[in-house]
Amino acid sequence: MLLIKCPFCKNRNETEFVYGGPVGANRPDPTRASDEEWVDFLTMVPNPTGPVHERWWHARGCGEWFIICRDTVTHEILETPIEKS
Amino acid sequence: MKSHNRLKAGGRIDRSKRLSFNFNGKIYYGFEGDTLASAMLANGLNVISRSFKYHRPRGIIGSGVEDPASLVELLDEEASGNNLSTNVKLKEGLSAKSINCWPSVDFDFGAITQYFEKFIPAGFYYKTFKWPTWHLFEPLIRVAAGLANAPKMPPKSGHFESRNAHTDYLIIGAGPAGLLATLIAARSGANVFLVDQNTEAGGSLLSLNLSINKRPAMDWVDGVIKEISAMSNVTHLQDSTAWAYREHNLVVVNEREVENASIIERSWRIRAKKVIIATGAIERSLVFPNNDRPGVMLASAVQTFVSRYAVKPGENLVIFTNNDSVYSYIKDFKRAGINILAIVDSRKTIESDVLDYAADERVIPYSIIKNVNGYKKVNSVVVESFGDNGLEIISCDLLAHSGGWNPAVHLHSQSRGTVSFDEKIAAFIPDQYVQSAINIGACNGNFNLREIFDETKLFMLGQLSASKQMVYEEKLECNKQMYSIEALWSTDLLNEKNKAFFDIQNDVTHHDIQLALREGFSNIEHVKRYTTGGMGFDQGKTGNVNIIGAIADLEGIGLNDVGTTTFRSPFTPISFGSISGVREGAVVLPFRHTPVTKWNLEKGAFMYEAGARWRRPGYFPRDGESFQEAVNRECHAVRTGVGVYDGSPLGKFELKGENVGEFLDLIYTNMMSSLLPGNGRYGLMLTDDGLIFDDGVAFRIDQHRWFISTSSGHSDSVNQHMQKILAFDRPDLDVKITNITNQWNNATVCGPLARKLLQKLGTNIDLGNSSFPFMTFREGKIANIPARVIRVSFTGELSFEINVSPRNMLTLWEKIIKAGAEFDILPVGSEASHVLRVEKGFLSLGHEVDGTVDPYDLGMNWVMSKKKIDFIGKRSVHLRRSSGIVRRELVGLLPTNPDEAIPEGAPLTPKGKKVATEGFTTACVWSVVNNRWVGLALLENGHSRHGEEAYVRLKNKIIKAEITRPVFHDPDGKLLRS
Ligand SMILES: [Zn+2]
Repeated sequence: MLLIKCPFCKNRNETEFVYGGPVGANRPDPTRASDEEWVDFLTMVPNPTGPVHERWWHARGCGEWFIICRDTVTHEILETPIEKS
Repeated sequence: MKSHNRLKAGGRIDRSKRLSFNFNGKIYYGFEGDTLASAMLANGLNVISRSFKYHRPRGIIGSGVEDPASLVELLDEEASGNNLSTNVKLKEGLSAKSINCWPSVDFDFGAITQYFEKFIPAGFYYKTFKWPTWHLFEPLIRVAAGLANAPKMPPKSGHFESRNAHTDYLIIGAGPAGLLATLIAARSGANVFLVDQNTEAGGSLLSLNLSINKRPAMDWVDGVIKEISAMSNVTHLQDSTAWAYREHNLVVVNEREVENASIIERSWRIRAKKVIIATGAIERSLVFPNNDRPGVMLASAVQTFVSRYAVKPGENLVIFTNNDSVYSYIKDFKRAGINILAIVDSRKTIESDVLDYAADERVIPYSIIKNVNGYKKVNSVVVESFGDNGLEIISCDLLAHSGGWNPAVHLHSQSRGTVSFDEKIAAFIPDQYVQSAINIGACNGNFNLREIFDETKLFMLGQLSASKQMVYEEKLECNKQMYSIEALWSTDLLNEKNKAFFDIQNDVTHHDIQLALREGFSNIEHVKRYTTGGMGFDQGKTGNVNIIGAIADLEGIGLNDVGTTTFRSPFTPISFGSISGVREGAVVLPFRHTPVTKWNLEKGAFMYEAGARWRRPGYFPRDGESFQEAVNRECHAVRTGVGVYDGSPLGKFELKGENVGEFLDLIYTNMMSSLLPGNGRYGLMLTDDGLIFDDGVAFRIDQHRWFISTSSGHSDSVNQHMQKILAFDRPDLDVKITNITNQWNNATVCGPLARKLLQKLGTNIDLGNSSFPFMTFREGKIANIPARVIRVSFTGELSFEINVSPRNMLTLWEKIIKAGAEFDILPVGSEASHVLRVEKGFLSLGHEVDGTVDPYDLGMNWVMSKKKIDFIGKRSVHLRRSSGIVRRELVGLLPTNPDEAIPEGAPLTPKGKKVATEGFTTACVWSVVNNRWVGLALLENGHSRHGEEAYVRLKNKIIKAEITRPVFHDPDGKLLRS
């Protein structure tokens, strides 16, 4: 079980969080993106062996969404969000 | 019965406490301090179980967690499935039985499978039971494969419990390394958890007669335990297994002997700043023909049974080894009165100081065991000596063997640490660490007590506690221990007919390994899956490295090149109860109630769970009334008079901020920002892949304040969706969301007489249709209760959703029921609500909306704003549409026979033929207003097929139905606007 650092609540058990998936490309302007660009945005989700930025939601806590960088092999959390209060 | 294998003296058993136990229906006796295994051995029980695949008789092989064979099923109070008899603490009245055998362990019908052995090689199941479907064979195989039955009932008394803990040091293993580490850390004032799986602390010192500071080593152990038990910073969990090493130094521990007798087992989730793994080593089997016969045991197990449990597993012993460790047992074996007939050592040369231990024994160097004779018990072994090329048969009833020692790297491996092969000890040792942990002692490949202490001190004295370095100045003098080994992964089995087992638990033989390699499965992970070697409850504790070695030999590569498979948790079998603790049923997922639940129950409502754990009334049956009659009555009330339902579970959110309008325009398909205060609009929420995610209404309270409602079962995911967009995609928007689902309850009064009922309740709101039209809300009082009244309709009738604070909900409800009596008001359950919405063709999540439909499919083009440049899902809906692919579209179904119901979910096929489906029935209800069954379906190109016939294809019949518009009542929506 991961120990995840919420910017407000600090280190909490993974069970308090909802996984929001890896951080993909930004949502392109739908009026300008080509069909290919749009489909890529929807379907090309990063899935590396190693560090990945991903979103977590402190659903059973303060309700904050934030991004961490986690190594998918070792589970080491390499970057945590800036603390807030 | 006489315990004829029990020694007169010695051992760590209490001969004053005799315990009776039942095995396979017979009563036997053991002592306090016994395990079930040691007590069974003391009673001369040789065959404990039958093997998994070939149903060969199996006895006790190991003395602890490594035992691969002696699984039993515990009965009665202790009922639990697969337990290693070597791990079961003997208790008065314990009752156990064998597994994998029918009708009995002595005469097992399944044993005939061994004669068909050539038909069930590795990969047999994969190759054979694949046509037409595995499920056809599964029940049969499960019966044949056996293992124990799961208990039918939960334990009669007591409960399981879980605890969380944080600590500076978690030390796993109370052998010499773990105890010394604990002592040093504890004296420094650090917070320490010491966990050990054995019934007593001491680890290897429990079985080996060693000395520390010229006194028995166990005196030192007792001293340490006494000292730490008085320290408040130490938590000592004995008879507790650290079975899982998870991320970020979380270790899960199963505690079996809890101080509170009402707790059956306790699960600890311990997060440690540092984990010190001191789990020792596990003896490896040697692999030779018939190495699974009862009476063939690990040498360390024989030593443990003799010296710890005072049990003599046999009279006439032959030892087979490739390393030094067995030589130190000789004096204990002899003291127990065991005749040592020969020491068969595979090595050509054996160090003289090792041979000194066997000065009076017959040591046969450069020799192996060629075969084992005896079926239910060893009666002789065939020794092959390479020195003089001779074969010799030696009669014996016990064969003790040792293939060397494997550091117990399981937890290290679970922590994602890596291992590497150490040629010197011919075993895998910890290499790289991924988490904050350290291995010390035998689990780090160090088998010498003196060096184990030095290693432990070296590590601990480098640790800081409260910024001070830890100290330890006492002397620890101990015996010399020697260890050298020459790897022997198996005897020469190239043309061997008899089975030689690499993995006794899974019945994996040399034939299986050879076959796997022949068929190209040379990767160790493939060999494991193809042969099942290393799987199951023992996770290859005794045999796995031999498999790796055998592959290396057969492929001509090094063991590091073969690599290891991943060790899985649990380290030993763990009960499900321990994992769940008290978190079961409604404790882990509590039901959600509204203030009306009690009233519903008193009125005899049939309650069930309806989405997101809400307990809702399905219908309110009267005496002697059928389900359908009750539902019809409730529907009739709404269509002709008035009904009321509890809409409290509806998801509700309040949104505040300067940009709420813009935000709602983004997440809903239609335009919300143009609404004036007091007005609302129905809308669909899509995901960006253009599929419907939720539906609901949005109302504007004032310039910067709105509220929205979502489906009851979906409010949490809608909340997540909205918050995520605000956090990442549009952090520029000023929108604050508050979940008000539980702050507002509502009673929805619906039906042609709804307005009359509200007037009777008394209100300061002008209820006239022109001053309070459909899709608006008003704030005021209803029956003197402050309320927000909303004109929405999920039934198609005139409706007022009266929202009040939860403390007023029951009062409001009872006033409505009382005032409604003169209009014959009825409470309406979920079933009638479902009928009413189907009659109107209103969509329902989980029925028409299953994550594959877009607004066009449901004929809801009108809900997609053309004015907006963008909203979530817009681009994808149009992209998909432009591809021109055939879509399933929502239609109504009128069964040709009006009295014939279509099962919900039933498939539609062209002309009812046995071909690919072209849709399915999403709902079918008895319509009171139409006096017939009506249904909804998603059907390919359905919008252009109105008037045609559809065919519902069932197993035994075909139901014909007319395709219609998906609305069966008030198609123009006049009533809900009235
Ligand atoms: Zn938080």
